Amino acid sequence: MAKVLIIGGGGAGLVSALSAHEAGAEVIVMTKTLPTRSQTSMAQGGMNAVLGEGDSVANHIADTLKSSVGLGNEKQIAFMCENAPDAVRWCNTMGLPYSRDESGEIARRRLGGASAPRACYAQDYTGLKLLHTLYDQCLKAGITFLNERFLLNIIVDEASNRALGATCLNIPTGDVEEIRADAVIMATGGYGALYGKHSTNSVGSTGDGIAAAIRAGARLADLEFIQFHPTALKSSSILISESARGAGGFLLNAKGERFTDELGPRDVVARAIHDEIVSGGAVYLDIRHLGEEFISHELPQERKLAQIYEGIDPVHDLIPIKPAAHYSMGGIEVNDECMTSVSGLFAVGECANHKTHGANRLGGNSLLELVVFGRHCGKSAAVFAQKKSVSDIANGQLSKDIHFISEVMSFSNRIDFYAKQESLAEIFYTNVGLVREEKGLQSVLDAIGQMQKELSQMGPKDKSKICNTNLVEFIEFGNKIELSEIIVVSAINRSESRGAHYRGDVPVRDDELFGTQTITWKEDGVLCTNLMK
Amino acid sequence: MKILVKRSHEDAPQGFEVDLENVTLLTILNHVKTKVDATLTYSQGCRSGVCGSCAVRVNGREVLMCEYKPSDGDLVEPMRNASVIRDLVVESSAVEHFNRMGNAWSEASREGNVSEEAMSGIGTQSDCILCAACFSACPVYAVNPDFIGPFALTRVWRYVSDPRQTKSDEKITAIQTNGIWDCTLCGECVPVCPQGIAPKQDIAMLRTKSSILGYNDPNMSFGGGLDFGAPIF
Repeated sequence: MAKVLIIGGGGAGLVSALSAHEAGAEVIVMTKTLPTRSQTSMAQGGMNAVLGEGDSVANHIADTLKSSVGLGNEKQIAFMCENAPDAVRWCNTMGLPYSRDESGEIARRRLGGASAPRACYAQDYTGLKLLHTLYDQCLKAGITFLNERFLLNIIVDEASNRALGATCLNIPTGDVEEIRADAVIMATGGYGALYGKHSTNSVGSTGDGIAAAIRAGARLADLEFIQFHPTALKSSSILISESARGAGGFLLNAKGERFTDELGPRDVVARAIHDEIVSGGAVYLDIRHLGEEFISHELPQERKLAQIYEGIDPVHDLIPIKPAAHYSMGGIEVNDECMTSVSGLFAVGECANHKTHGANRLGGNSLLELVVFGRHCGKSAAVFAQKKSVSDIANGQLSKDIHFISEVMSFSNRIDFYAKQESLAEIFYTNVGLVREEKGLQSVLDAIGQMQKELSQMGPKDKSKICNTNLVEFIEFGNKIELSEIIVVSAINRSESRGAHYRGDVPVRDDELFGTQTITWKEDGVLCTNLMK
Repeated sequence: MKILVKRSHEDAPQGFEVDLENVTLLTILNHVKTKVDATLTYSQGCRSGVCGSCAVRVNGREVLMCEYKPSDGDLVEPMRNASVIRDLVVESSAVEHFNRMGNAWSEASREGNVSEEAMSGIGTQSDCILCAACFSACPVYAVNPDFIGPFALTRVWRYVSDPRQTKSDEKITAIQTNGIWDCTLCGECVPVCPQGIAPKQDIAMLRTKSSILGYNDPNMSFGGGLDFGAPIF
């Protein structure tokens, strides 16, 4: 039976798993933690779909296209939006407990940039409930899970540019392993954790799959586009869902005045907040007027988290907020079948660039994307695996990676990588954040170059073989460094402002020179970049 | 503030003195790992109480490290009923194993409208984050390691009581052996749930449902005398 290996057990990975299984493939899901611990659990807002009257698929397409600021592909967006109602119903059939409106239909709420309420939700736990419902269906389908396997590299047959599987570190045992397959799906999520304490993401969102993909010869697209969520808790960057504003929450500046349309696109609102914080020192989210009953019922997570992390109760107090890195629009370049430029290597979800979000993602479109493209990708990969199965081609990646781990374990440790990681996050938030300028970007690039040189003087302090999370975190740091160079180079090259990429020194959009995607790849280890359609 | 952590390589807990106030236990351990002792081993993820990675026991009671604010002298230990891999990381296969044993999934669901009120019955149950706090707190595992247990049984109840579920009766079969009747209804699982779920109640509901469908408590059916067969409400 044709075998499909899926790397990543979040929403995109699990939907692909179900779809590849349904298409007749043997499916293995490899994940660095447990599937239910992935980033998808943190998604709150909802999943966009046009279900009833008063809205139309054409509007959903138009809103998404507009928000993408010229970088979205209309065909891909139409594919996503047209399949959205079916995706929502499919989740409903699996048992996803959506919230309901008065008529008993799946309830929808309005999120920023949407011309109608179309985010189908399950309280403020949409991602959590979706992820767990999918996990349960995977268990029912008998899908094999290899948990606590940290991806090292994709195994590629260089002569045929064909993916053969992946190598990983078995975290509990400390052994390096290889898993062979006829097709590999990357579903490893984004790279928001690069921003450290200025990100809403899980600490695991370190872009491991994207870094492994470019090492394997795949091309990446638009890595400079990172969405900043307008409302994260000020001290912890914990997300306060857009639904708080969708329900009528206000943004107030230090003087207690409203200063922007709360439901504008995320890039616009986030920059307005950034500017207010710079000029006035603070911005607050005010949901007090929504009332205790509403807040407890519709926003229970937000209330609890604000109490724990800010020591305030949103029912009675203003919530101190700031924008924080939230979603990676950029990712692995894929074609219409979700295949990367490496044959047999697919990518889906946040780690991929499906050309649906472009320069700025709409709230409610990421859960949608992972369901629609997950179903498509799983099937594509299964069909590919069945048509083009690979025999056991000899490959040296496993022995290379065994050597790599033993080498990393012997790094000198003269420089503390945790301190460097924190400093990388700080300079990224300041210089590769909401407002960027060439000078600042260049200084970050220099700092990255220095860190690259110093990597061998860093390394894990913990020398244990068993469950060495210090080692895992060091390799994650290596992946962050690898991606950070690509992000900054792309941000320097894109000498214009568009969506989430705002250049303070070039605050205008320039379609003539930059109305295209930034494509990056590596040749003999050297980063190459090009703007191309 | 001093935090004591049970490490896997030594019997006595190790003390860490930290100069941090009013922060979560996870923040403290992250401080220790990145600044003091890189070998300290634990799991973490979202730091906002939804991924279920960071459950441990503090002074004998299960908590999520990202939601718990410690006091001076707190003792942090790994979860119970699973072997320790290292320090605060325990073997995690129970989650998958027991959900599979209990067939804790939707069998078939009907389309169509359903009221918010009808759905509200599974709102809390579907908030489960699979942190396994309830599993760690459950005393039944001391006598029956095959007990399907609180998180999986709550999950089964979630699907059985879902108004859209069309084959909910079939789901009852999988939880008769090593399932609902093995629970002692002691309630240890209830206060430790970070999501406010009460597995004990869900198990009681499954017993009622089972009784209605003609299943009996095997512990009550011996001797032929005192078989009350009474559902527990």
